[in-house]
Amino acid sequence: MLETALTGSRRYWTWIIFLLALMGIGFLAYLKQFSYGLGITGLSRDVSWGLYIGQFTFLVGVAASGVMLVLPYYLHNFKQFGKITILGEFLVISAVIMCVLFIMADMGQPMRVVNIFLHPSLNSILFWDTIVLNGYLLLNVLVGWTILGSERKGIAPPKWVKPFIYLSIAWAPSIHTVTAFIYAGLPGRHYWLSAIMAARFLASAFAGGPALLIILALIIRKFTKFDPGKEAIQTLGKIVTYFMLTNVFFFGLEFFTALYSGIPGHSHPFKYLFVGLEGHGRLVPLMWASVLMALGSLLILIFPKARKNESILAFACVMVFLSLWIDKGFGLIIGGFVPNMFERVFEYWPTIPETLITIAIWATGFFVLTILYKIAISIREETAGIEIEH
Amino acid sequence: MSINRREFLKIAGISTIAGIGSVGLFDRLRKNALEASDYSPNLDALTAKRWAMVVDMSKFTTPEDYQKCINACHRTHNVPNFGNPKDEIKWIWTDTYEHTFPGQEHEYMPEDIKHRNFMLLCNHCQNPACVRVCPTKATFKRKDGIVMQDMHRCIGCRFCMAACPFGARSFNYRNPREFIKEEDINKEYPTRMIGVVEKCTFCTERLAVGKMPACVEEAPKGGLVFGDLDEPNSEVRKILSTTYTIRRKPDLGTEPSVFYVVGSSEFSIVPEIQ
Repeated sequence: MLETALTGSRRYWTWIIFLLALMGIGFLAYLKQFSYGLGITGLSRDVSWGLYIGQFTFLVGVAASGVMLVLPYYLHNFKQFGKITILGEFLVISAVIMCVLFIMADMGQPMRVVNIFLHPSLNSILFWDTIVLNGYLLLNVLVGWTILGSERKGIAPPKWVKPFIYLSIAWAPSIHTVTAFIYAGLPGRHYWLSAIMAARFLASAFAGGPALLIILALIIRKFTKFDPGKEAIQTLGKIVTYFMLTNVFFFGLEFFTALYSGIPGHSHPFKYLFVGLEGHGRLVPLMWASVLMALGSLLILIFPKARKNESILAFACVMVFLSLWIDKGFGLIIGGFVPNMFERVFEYWPTIPETLITIAIWATGFFVLTILYKIAISIREETAGIEIEH
Repeated sequence: MSINRREFLKIAGISTIAGIGSVGLFDRLRKNALEASDYSPNLDALTAKRWAMVVDMSKFTTPEDYQKCINACHRTHNVPNFGNPKDEIKWIWTDTYEHTFPGQEHEYMPEDIKHRNFMLLCNHCQNPACVRVCPTKATFKRKDGIVMQDMHRCIGCRFCMAACPFGARSFNYRNPREFIKEEDINKEYPTRMIGVVEKCTFCTERLAVGKMPACVEEAPKGGLVFGDLDEPNSEVRKILSTTYTIRRKPDLGTEPSVFYVVGSSEFSIVPEIQ
């Protein structure tokens, strides 16, 4: 099926070359980081995780959200998602690949990564995260590829794939729960030490992932002959709405506990992020942008009439995505480190090489996604009109 | 009974796997097996069931008192000086009361204590969060309570730095070997490579040859007291049972093995009563 990715329009190739260029620039920046060390980033003794780990966390959420398409289709026989479950599964694959790359970029000794398997530590959440992420990747490659293959041949998918589909549905929440546990179990990191962390992660994932899928579906409809379906997009819009509401609610709960209790350690990270602490407030504008976009998107999404207009829906989805990206891909990590363990404020800001590497990994994700979607869409265009029950 | 080639290979394969597996299994069962250092132990070595330290702040009077300890430690262990706080590596350092014991300060406390510098180092917790989170067992707790790390196994994920509530860990953001002066290198102790995490080790290499930790030797008399917490007659136990001591962030349950005597004798008693 890969051969379908090798032929395409001029626009397709321009996009591919653009992504390859970004990947190339980032790779050069990574070579520099590899020889100079992570000192090339904005990371420090006090803020020892930053943009890379933030992106990793955010993208685990995008990966987990694939289940929002697979579950309604396979468990509730929601036919409208039949055409686009493959888009969800392929989004999962590219998201997990980005997660792995961000972890690799963040490692001080990436050549030693196999130590995680040579010396498995059952007490380390990072060990379990490696297991669940790679497992989820394999499940989605297996399921997505098999179903698309049978679809091309015009036959129903083999029966053996069903148990793997059900397994992947159960597996999806686990990847984000385990990722939340990386943070939620650390003594002394007040911003992270919250029982609601995993629930918050899942809510934001199930809002942000489908928001991205809506945007992707609209782009696909615009540039290809494949139509993901109006009703499927509307249903995704509802999913985004409910989970975004849940996410904002959960974040509000965090605010209440931290600020009403008045416990200094708990309230300091919130103060740092939203009003600044001891004269330091680099993240304040970003965090408020996130809040405003979250509220703005909800103001649109909760009105079914507004949601029905696809351009307005797309606009709201862009706001949801950006808001969650700031909150989870940046603020969440930095808030855990500022103030530091000595209640001192030591700020972090990414450097240019760090940003270039980050962009390159996103470009790699989009490269994988483009290739996979190209394959899926080419096959959909080939078999257009043929309805297959699976 | 005869078996064909295919069956023979099957049996041979299964027995090999079982054999390798059981070797590993028995290895794990032999809990009391000797460790490498036990084969020809150094009889002079200092040993303990649980090493601990008492930091008596009243004994530190001048800035030089602190600096001598810090210099001794950092020179002994080839700790590089990058010259900026971002990439900084430190095994032992100082900070004020409010930053050493966050949440314990109040504005009316004795000026002396408020502005005094406290000695900070790894707490060698009994229940260390850093060991719990390490994905490769590169950081581990020894039988004598010392929390150590294997620089050759560390993958540089910095999970331990996120987990340690005491900010005791430093990461080699740059190649440390370029930042140790040639004439300052201690050839007895290894330098580290780029991209690994390090911290205070309670001088395991010195204990192994019968020497006290470097900082303890340099401190003013009684300033840093090092001994066995499990030994009722040890000097640390004597201090702990007679003097009021505190630990950093005890509410987190990590059980630090470093104790602080905070008040100096002049300030611990109200003048009128004196």
